[in-house]
Amino acid sequence: MPERGPADPPLVEARGLHTFYGPSHVLHGVDFSLRRGETIALMGRNGMGKTTLLRSLLGLTPPRSGEVFIDGRNMTGAPPHAIARQGIAFVPEGRGIFVTLSVREHLVMAARPGRDGRRDWTLERVLATFPRLAERLDRGGALLSGGEQQMLTISRALMTNPDLLILDEATEGLAPLIAKEIWAILRQVRAGGTAVLIVDKNVAALAAVADRAVVLVKGRVAFAGGTAELMAQPEMVHRHLGV
Amino acid sequence: MTRRFRLGPWLLALAALALLAFPAVAGKFYQQLFSTIMIMAIFAMSLNLLVGGAGLVSLGHAAFFGLGAYALLLLSPAYAAASLWLSLPAAVALAAAAALAIGLLVLRSSGVYFIMATLAFAQMFFYYVTGAKWLGGSDGAYIYVKPDAALFGLTPFRLADTRDFYYVTLALMAATYLLLHVLRYAPFGRVLRGIRANEQRMRALGFATFRYKLAGFVIAGALAGLAGYLDAAQFGFVNPDLFGWRQSGIVLMMVILGGMNALPGPILGAFALVLLQDFLADATRHWLLPMGLFIILAVLALPQGLSGLALRLGAFARGEARGA
Amino acid sequence: MDTGLVFFLIQVLNGVQLGLLLFLVASGLTLIFGIMGIINLAHGSFYMLGAYLAFSLAELCGSFWLSLLIAVPLTVLIGLALEAALFRLLYTRDHLYQVLLTYGLILVFEELRSLIFGDDVHGVAVPGFLEASIPLTDTLSYPVYRLFMSAVCLAIAGGLALLIRRTRLGMTIRAGAVNREMVQSLGIDIGLVYRFVFALGVALAAFAGMIAAPVASVFPGMGNQILIVSFVVVVIGGIGSIKGAFLGALLIGLADTFGQVYAPAIAGMTVYVLMAAVLLWRPAGLFGRAGS
Repeated sequence: MPERGPADPPLVEARGLHTFYGPSHVLHGVDFSLRRGETIALMGRNGMGKTTLLRSLLGLTPPRSGEVFIDGRNMTGAPPHAIARQGIAFVPEGRGIFVTLSVREHLVMAARPGRDGRRDWTLERVLATFPRLAERLDRGGALLSGGEQQMLTISRALMTNPDLLILDEATEGLAPLIAKEIWAILRQVRAGGTAVLIVDKNVAALAAVADRAVVLVKGRVAFAGGTAELMAQPEMVHRHLGV
Repeated sequence: MTRRFRLGPWLLALAALALLAFPAVAGKFYQQLFSTIMIMAIFAMSLNLLVGGAGLVSLGHAAFFGLGAYALLLLSPAYAAASLWLSLPAAVALAAAAALAIGLLVLRSSGVYFIMATLAFAQMFFYYVTGAKWLGGSDGAYIYVKPDAALFGLTPFRLADTRDFYYVTLALMAATYLLLHVLRYAPFGRVLRGIRANEQRMRALGFATFRYKLAGFVIAGALAGLAGYLDAAQFGFVNPDLFGWRQSGIVLMMVILGGMNALPGPILGAFALVLLQDFLADATRHWLLPMGLFIILAVLALPQGLSGLALRLGAFARGEARGA
Repeated sequence: MDTGLVFFLIQVLNGVQLGLLLFLVASGLTLIFGIMGIINLAHGSFYMLGAYLAFSLAELCGSFWLSLLIAVPLTVLIGLALEAALFRLLYTRDHLYQVLLTYGLILVFEELRSLIFGDDVHGVAVPGFLEASIPLTDTLSYPVYRLFMSAVCLAIAGGLALLIRRTRLGMTIRAGAVNREMVQSLGIDIGLVYRFVFALGVALAAFAGMIAAPVASVFPGMGNQILIVSFVVVVIGGIGSIKGAFLGALLIGLADTFGQVYAPAIAGMTVYVLMAAVLLWRPAGLFGRAGS
């Protein structure tokens, strides 16, 4: 992997985010930064603001105040499709499958080269990485199992050749065997130089794959630092994550 | 402790007084016009039980209006008067029965499918009546003598008298309003509103939502039949257009324009549309143009319809910040 | 050939032709409603606009084809202007306000038409080389123009199907109907997609009005008439389904034509009885999804 010095701007940087969900004040002045190629685990109990933070970064739930920079550019308030075009792909909780499209159509529709023009993830490579999908290419999105849907959502995101892959509860409700496959695929994605921002309940698996961790408590950052550093404080892990 | 000042009840009281006093200051033409408006208000309020009350948008509500009107035709002897006390309940009952039958069929659909299913049945009535010579066909038919209000030898009022008819209509409109008010705040009305918000959830909570919707549909149909009866009684003339999609459309517009979330909303809508039409039609042959523009502007400017204005005025009077 | 049989055949052809024409209008309606979630009662007004533009432009420049070429883009521009100025403000509001607003629009369009074009009924001449009729028996013949109409509508139907089923744009449109947010998250500007769908719908309606003009004349109220029937088609077919709109349109076209000819007493009713019957069998239309 090429050396990245501290002089490069972070891929994603957010400062002082205050985001509301209707009348409810969910994020209280959250700062966040992620560098190219990094894998960050976003952790916290339910309702602490993890999904809201992701949505604020993606422009789906714009913050009421604060700023979002993508690759040095101020993208605060930009529409979601413009932010996505900066090289960010989203694998949402609930998967966001298009029930009226087939597996093939999901992948074809999403396909585009990355920001630097490269096409690391082509249809061939995606199908080779996800053989289960290759077997079900013409099946409708609604007819897939939970695990297959998750694979489809991830592979659809990869077809956009992103610089950053964001996953929200990607292993929720899946059989342990399938979850293992997904962690393996994420390691592959990491190895290719793509940054990953991941929310998940499996603290152990997160710790194994993430360089850094951010813990949210009641919409505020309670911890931001190396994963190893976090795991070395079991009382903190227990208090904020309940494990 | 100061009670919150609510503008609504005061405006209502004012309006009621104004309507009561109206015949004292207005000539026959305007008394008749206001009677027509109040009949449409009853019609519109009945529709709003479905639209605002249960989230059921019907584009075929004129079916019941027409039935009430034609019921009077059928129950009126050729050149004598029908008894008001017999024919009115009969007309309402007929409309209610039809609503029961139709409701059982159309309430299986939801959303736009429901809307179109209701339209379909109204159109079936329309085309049947148009082709039915015995009902007068597309030319319509006349009711030569207005219903007789005689009871036990006493005649408390005469419908042929413009002022008497006005007060009878006003009384029935008030009664309709009260009935709907009671229903709205009763458990029945709350269940209906719950169905409007999220029917799945109401079912999950154990409510037999179909029955509630059907009950609402029947009550709405009955009240629409009442309005249709009065319409026929006022003008002594019925024709198939009473069943038509234009009639269903106009009353729906009154409901939306007036505001679906307030009980007086449909009344406001009826007054606004009919008075506006009356005023504009005198001004220009192409009065539909300013009418259409008014409707467009009203939609853009008033998120809650005309009754929303009253809500905003109330908030303003209380000195509250804008942004309901 | 037996005259009775030929007569029946002619009705079938007429029914199919009416159905195909209805499909053009209904497909636009179902796309706009199914994908953008907009109920546009003024859709029939675009049909009327197309017809009146065809009529007046044809008088001006003498060529039916030229007027077609100018009038369709013109109507699309008007439609896009309306979308930007009015419809966009209604995306977040209750559907009923769209109904009310577009109802107001119908009134405005009708009166503008009355002011600009007058209230007369106008005929539009069938373009030159299509004036012929194919003789079928001694007394019966079938106009070539009607066959031409059917052919054109069929071609457009095929093109639409290809667009929706086979192209990336079609996939995007179908995806946008189901999950707008997810499409945006994939980097696609859904607003642009919506505008395209709207423009397409308007173009289809206007084009239909134009090619129908030589057969159906140009008259006040033509917009409302076709609007109601188009809604019936959309509902029968299922909202958002092109396939459903196609089937529904053919069903209605045939039912209405045969109703008018063989049972004129109940002719007006057939369409609605058919719709009620379909909804009883399939409460969300033939290909619709319940809970739309």
